[in-house]
Amino acid sequence: MLVIKDLHAKIDNKEILRGINLEVKPGEVHCIMGPNGSGKSTLSSVLAGNDKFEVCEGSATFNGKDLLDLAPEDRAREGLFLSFQYPVEIPGVSMVNFMRTAVNEHRKYRGDEPCSASEFLKLMRDKKKMVEIDSNLTNRSVNEGFSGGEKKKNEIFQMAMLEPKLAILDETDSGLDIDALRVVANGVNKLKSSDNATIVITHYQRLLDHIVPDFVHVLYKGRIVKSAGKELALELEEKGYDWIKKEFED
Amino acid sequence: MAEDQNKILDEVTGGEYKYGFHSDIDMETIPKGLSEDVVRIISAKKNEPEWMLEFRLKAYRHWQTMTTPDWAHLNIPEIDFQDIIFYAAPKKKPELESMDEVDPDLVATFEKLGIPLDEQKVLAGVAVDAVIDSVSVKTTYKETLAEKGIIFCSISEAIQEFPDLVKKYLGSVVPHGDNYFAALNAAVFSDGSFVYIPKGVRCPMELSTYFRINAINTGQFERTLIVADDDSYVSYLEGCTAPMRDENQLHAAIVEIVTMERAEVKYSTVQNWYPGDKDGKGGIFNFVTKRAICKGDYSKVMWTQVETGSAVTWKYPSCVLQGDHSVGEFYSVAVTNNHQQADTGTKMIHLGKNTRSLIVSKGVSAGKSQNSYRGLVKVAKKAENARNFSQCDSLLLGDQCGAHTFPYLEIVNNTAKVEHEATTSKIGEDQIFYCNQRGMSTEDAVGLIVNGYVKEVINQLPMEFAVEAQKLLQISLEGSVG
Repeated sequence: MLVIKDLHAKIDNKEILRGINLEVKPGEVHCIMGPNGSGKSTLSSVLAGNDKFEVCEGSATFNGKDLLDLAPEDRAREGLFLSFQYPVEIPGVSMVNFMRTAVNEHRKYRGDEPCSASEFLKLMRDKKKMVEIDSNLTNRSVNEGFSGGEKKKNEIFQMAMLEPKLAILDETDSGLDIDALRVVANGVNKLKSSDNATIVITHYQRLLDHIVPDFVHVLYKGRIVKSAGKELALELEEKGYDWIKKEFED
Repeated sequence: MAEDQNKILDEVTGGEYKYGFHSDIDMETIPKGLSEDVVRIISAKKNEPEWMLEFRLKAYRHWQTMTTPDWAHLNIPEIDFQDIIFYAAPKKKPELESMDEVDPDLVATFEKLGIPLDEQKVLAGVAVDAVIDSVSVKTTYKETLAEKGIIFCSISEAIQEFPDLVKKYLGSVVPHGDNYFAALNAAVFSDGSFVYIPKGVRCPMELSTYFRINAINTGQFERTLIVADDDSYVSYLEGCTAPMRDENQLHAAIVEIVTMERAEVKYSTVQNWYPGDKDGKGGIFNFVTKRAICKGDYSKVMWTQVETGSAVTWKYPSCVLQGDHSVGEFYSVAVTNNHQQADTGTKMIHLGKNTRSLIVSKGVSAGKSQNSYRGLVKVAKKAENARNFSQCDSLLLGDQCGAHTFPYLEIVNNTAKVEHEATTSKIGEDQIFYCNQRGMSTEDAVGLIVNGYVKEVINQLPMEFAVEAQKLLQISLEGSVG
């Protein structure tokens, strides 16, 4: 589904990603961990097409297409979803209007007719129930005045609405209390299928009790330096990153 | 990144004006230029009574003593009044019974603009008094209105048929000496609309006039007068588009509104005149004086405007709150792109006791445009317990445009409570990226964000107008991202 080869990316001439290799197949859950500043969020931004970052080397293909060649909106329409670490507020734009525009853009891309108002409202209702979010969240403007937890739940709700092939969760668990964490994790688990894949970026093993990864990768100084099964996360939780840093110091 | 911005900004400016066309309708014009003779010719062509000619001449003589105002934050080339045609009327002007009799060319023009002069729109309850280059061609639904005693006709017709009403109110809110452009309009106004709502009548439909400037080098001098008698209500819509022109066209309209006891008038405008091309060539010069007087106690006037067009906009719809407990409200969205310049706002003059006013102004600037809000809140000595709240927000797209706010407060009564809030913001790249990531193009994202930003104002518009206004905002800002 996603094949990343020797990906290098920089911002303001500072190289952040220095040769990432990663392959994600349908049905898999990958977890990326690593100390602060190792390039985790940069990787998700680059994959989503944020033009603040410049890709200087390497490739990324998504379902056979050259991902890096697509505009950000086309990456989204192809089925790549990013749950933002810091979702932005868009004052005055209702969630309903926002979501309807997004859903219809996806449909248009696939050659489908736009959703009728009643179909759409039903879809919203179903998905809200599925991800257990408070129904009045969707009556408000996009993320405006939302608490940290509400913003993250709203990201999962949007993910449910758009049914992506590949979801990247960028520190979706940061700042969540235990209940919100459970809601977010349940949402992700319910959306999981053998056709789609998830990349979870996190600092904490805590989330992985709920979302069980097939692979855990450690990102350090812009490279994936260690990959293993879920037990690696437990090891990191216990020992911290120092032993990795020592092992891979340049 | 700056390069990217410029590239994107260039794309914006690539958006061509969608209403740029010129329909060939026979025009009857008089020679270029302005003189006392021209004023007399205009008056004679319209078979006006002596008092009307006097009204015009007085204004013309006063205008000659005045100079163009230069206090606005606008850069306007000098206007050569001798190079303008002051009167143009479609040649054939028969009394028309049905749409079939209307010049097909004219109908086609209306259709291109989407002007709802057809049956469906009539069924939808919109009576249209369509003004094409200065003379009313067709008035619909007049009879239904007449049953309620409502008068809705062209101002020329009103001068002939209701001279007492016109004489009493014309120039009573905006006297000819008020300003340079008001004097000019009083001297040479060609046509416009007249509305009278009798006591206790709620007008059952939105009244609407579509103005359109159609002839080459013809200035448009509309004059509208709305009088709402005690306990009456009317909602009036004004919408505009104009065809593409190379030379700048002058437009100097006047709208006067009078509300008596407990009467309420809602006046909504969507203005979409040709703003000039992306290099700032051509476009309409729009100098409008709009003013309402809340004469009666508990009366209310609400101005709502969505301004996306014109090369230069100079416009301050105002309320004189004379009656006790009277209320004035002003909701405005002004969008400028490319080389457009807008200096717009309002004046709220509190004279009566317990008067209240509300100002909500949203400016959106893109391209190399300049967008200014200018507002006056005045509380007179006897205006006990006056209240005002003003909110002026500016949104910038790109780094080559300007947004300015000029609030003026003149308070001479210490019971007044006046609040002013202002914000300036930019559309964030992160907001746009967020929308992109959800599958929206950058253009759609900007449209969505801007529409969200101006929602408070759009919500004040009548339903069908609101939809039109939203589309218009999207069109005016096509591709403009900062």
